[in-house]
Amino acid sequence: MAREYETVIGLEVHVELATKTKIFCGCSTEFGGEPNTHTCPVCTGMPGSLPVLNKQVVEYAMAVGLAANCQIHQKCKFDRKNYFYPDNPQNYQISQLYLPICHDGWVEIETEDGKKKVGIHEIHMEEDAGKLIHDDWEDCSLVDYNRSGVPLIEIVSEPDMRSAQEVIAYLDKLRTIIQYLGASDCKLQEGSMRADVNLSVREKGSDTFGTRTEMKNLNSFKAIARAIEGERERQIDLLEDGQAVVQETRRWDDNKECSYPMRSKEDAQDYRYFPDPDLVPVIISDEWIADIKSRQPELRTEKLERYKKEFDIPQYDAEILTSSKKLADIFEASAAICQKPKKVSNWLMGEALRLLKEHNQEPEDLNFSPENLAKLIQLADEGTINNKVAKEVFEKIYSENIDPKQYVEEHGLKSVSDEGALRSVIEEIVAANPQSVEDYKGGKKKAIGFLVGQTMKAMKGKADPGAVNKILQEVLEK
Amino acid sequence: MDVQSLTAVRLGEKIKKKELSAVEAAQAAFAQIAACEKTYHCYVTVEEEKAMEQAEQVQKKIDEGQLTGPLAGVPVAIKDNMCTKGILTTCSSRILGNFVPTYTAEAVKCLEKAGAVILGKTNMDEFAMGSTTETSYYGVTRNPWNPEHVPGGSSGGSSAAVAAGECFYALGSDTGGSIRQPSSFCGVTGMKPTYGTISRYGLIAYGSSLDQIGPVAKDVADCAAILEILAVHDPKDSTSVKREDTDFTSALTGDVKGMKVGIPRDYLGEGLDSQVKETVLKAARSLEFQGAQVEEFDLSLVEYAIPAYYVIASAEASSNLSRFDGIKYGYRTEDYEGLHNMYKKTRSEGFGEEVKRRIMLGSFVLSSGYYDAYYLKALRTKALIKQAFDKAFEKYDVILGPTAPSTAPKLGESLEDPLKMYLGDIYTVSVNLAGLPAMSVPYGIDSQGLPIGVQLIGDSFQEKKIFRAGYGLEQAREDQDLLAPVLRKEGR
Repeated sequence: MAREYETVIGLEVHVELATKTKIFCGCSTEFGGEPNTHTCPVCTGMPGSLPVLNKQVVEYAMAVGLAANCQIHQKCKFDRKNYFYPDNPQNYQISQLYLPICHDGWVEIETEDGKKKVGIHEIHMEEDAGKLIHDDWEDCSLVDYNRSGVPLIEIVSEPDMRSAQEVIAYLDKLRTIIQYLGASDCKLQEGSMRADVNLSVREKGSDTFGTRTEMKNLNSFKAIARAIEGERERQIDLLEDGQAVVQETRRWDDNKECSYPMRSKEDAQDYRYFPDPDLVPVIISDEWIADIKSRQPELRTEKLERYKKEFDIPQYDAEILTSSKKLADIFEASAAICQKPKKVSNWLMGEALRLLKEHNQEPEDLNFSPENLAKLIQLADEGTINNKVAKEVFEKIYSENIDPKQYVEEHGLKSVSDEGALRSVIEEIVAANPQSVEDYKGGKKKAIGFLVGQTMKAMKGKADPGAVNKILQEVLEK
Repeated sequence: MDVQSLTAVRLGEKIKKKELSAVEAAQAAFAQIAACEKTYHCYVTVEEEKAMEQAEQVQKKIDEGQLTGPLAGVPVAIKDNMCTKGILTTCSSRILGNFVPTYTAEAVKCLEKAGAVILGKTNMDEFAMGSTTETSYYGVTRNPWNPEHVPGGSSGGSSAAVAAGECFYALGSDTGGSIRQPSSFCGVTGMKPTYGTISRYGLIAYGSSLDQIGPVAKDVADCAAILEILAVHDPKDSTSVKREDTDFTSALTGDVKGMKVGIPRDYLGEGLDSQVKETVLKAARSLEFQGAQVEEFDLSLVEYAIPAYYVIASAEASSNLSRFDGIKYGYRTEDYEGLHNMYKKTRSEGFGEEVKRRIMLGSFVLSSGYYDAYYLKALRTKALIKQAFDKAFEKYDVILGPTAPSTAPKLGESLEDPLKMYLGDIYTVSVNLAGLPAMSVPYGIDSQGLPIGVQLIGDSFQEKKIFRAGYGLEQAREDQDLLAPVLRKEGR
């Protein structure tokens, strides 16, 4: 009889915090500078330089911890993790091992199987490393320390997840919480959120864990799901074959959909962790915790309920709108300007999501100002532009954040509702299509559709369809 | 009296009174360097051109009334483990043989703001690891009292330069006695303040939780004046302390009446040279004669200080020195195959024996499986030592004892037996473990003609008590100036 297996998964999630400056110096965290321009003696490991902790990092870490129901270590410390690599200028990373800032929390996830709590073992603060760039031309490696010292938090879950579906739900939950807190934009593709998957399998019903492997290089939800399936199958095949799973770190290749061993437990380095003597313990008072709690913004669940009540929006729509902080922010801001929440919701749920999908982007990539969406809704409502034109203009807002009013003016997209002009065009159309007029008068009411189409064509799409219908009927009834 | 024999404060007074210019003071220092450097080799780098330029600028500012401090225009030497922008900073190591920092250490900046003229960078034990200045990659420094003998270490270059008149005062750093012990060996006054008093920003770290910069000078008044300039809170150093009680010179009253002085019996036992012991007791009698209450007491735990110190300092050093890897700055081996081989060869060739020994020792005590048995135990010992001092300072204002078990040994005697050399730190390391201030004051000369210093230890932030007692001792000392022969000959 075939044995049944259960997958046991725990996650280590690294999140780059959205601070303006690095964790231990005043350098900018901004992306895209020329190599080694956002650097100083501290983040390039110059002799004699010393780290000074950025308070904002502590506040973000605390905010995430509190939102994930964690306990706070009110005296937490930094430790040095010693290892040699050129992207790490001091050859040690400042991290937290012995007393991480947050511990013992949980988040609730929801899948087809219902609701479930996933435990958070700890959240700790640490610094990111620089980037190595291989120069094939010169056959040498270069290092850029712009990312060195960018603050990270690492969220370590308990091994509480049992399927790829649960993992995705967990990651989505974390991402939403962190985005709502403004602590990070959590973009997997750009690396501001990175997940390492620890996975083992065991026979169903067993209460001991199997040997686990750790998988790295997972940069999308889909890759994570595929890697979990792939690794689950690989481990089951080994066990079915009478072989043992080796505890090791593996690298997932999403193109080939398989993983390769990076290093085994035997080669695991001894990081010689010890408390960093250059940093003093972080003392977190009850008042500080209370202050962070009081400044905690409305999180998704509360926002969803409020949308349903305040804006009378259905559950499904509210879920979509609140799934991303960015989407929710645009919704609220636009609704506040034009006072038409339902219309704003329709635009976002319809056109905005369609375009995101088309461009393979995430809601966090939305780049237009709420004012422009509000103006567009105004223009459409007043009948200044018709629906078709409005959709065209929205695309422009989406891609270039144009001012719709100005754009409509400049491109002459205003609906022609000038009765006189419209009437004379319609009269011409009617005169040119006697057959249709006869059909209409003979009772084929559908024939009016053809005449409306012809009118719109003649008006180059700018006519107000309501007005066209009304005048056409008048002319035909004459 | 020759200019070279002047203390920093007296030279500062003369410059202020326009009896002498900053340029002339610097010239006097360079003349002495030209005359003595071949014999003593106090410096790794002498920066004459830059210093003369700086002296002119400083004099201009003095003339314009912008610089009014007591040490404006006084030339200083900086230990070569403090970063100086545009000036080679080697830590006396091959691995930093070409390292020119892009920034200046905060302590040096404080001096520059006060009108100091930087003469150059003084020799030291490589990365401050050693007690003789013999582990320098750039050659040994010799003791100005007798060139056959070592100047002590690791701030041996700074102490010897002050003793030989090759500067008017110097900065040293003290992790386990590296200011006090060479000061004792060279007959100068050296002070290690309370941990956190002087910014460590720009001090190339050895044992970060123990390292502290401090002044090396001709007398107690100089040390107090220099410390007033250096004791500034620095937000760039998380361990820097905000202090308000930094008017150290106000403690130079010459009155020690009523002070309670304790002498640890444990400091006078086996291993202490009898002439050093006699000098300590003589100092005790002098304080007593001046109205202080002096008594012996049991400090306890003294024998645990050295093992705890070498575990903690080496552990921190093993991590602190990992940044010297041939990637970003400093020495890189010529031939290598791949990254690992480059690291290995660079570090094997770039570091000297003593540094490698301590990196290995430190890596070992931090390794998994040994961390609790060595590193954590050493930290617990450190805490107990601090408690023992806390208890002592409930009773005493200052603790008096020897700085080192002997006077300066001959060149080459110490390196053969590192363990013996480590034991020479017995009276100094516990002060660093407890983060306390302490000062070595010259108080006598042994039968070989070598100076003997006595050590005054104070409670945290009680530097003033140390200055008060030290100044009292100095005022009552038989030989008022206690200058090295090289300065006496020329001076009198």
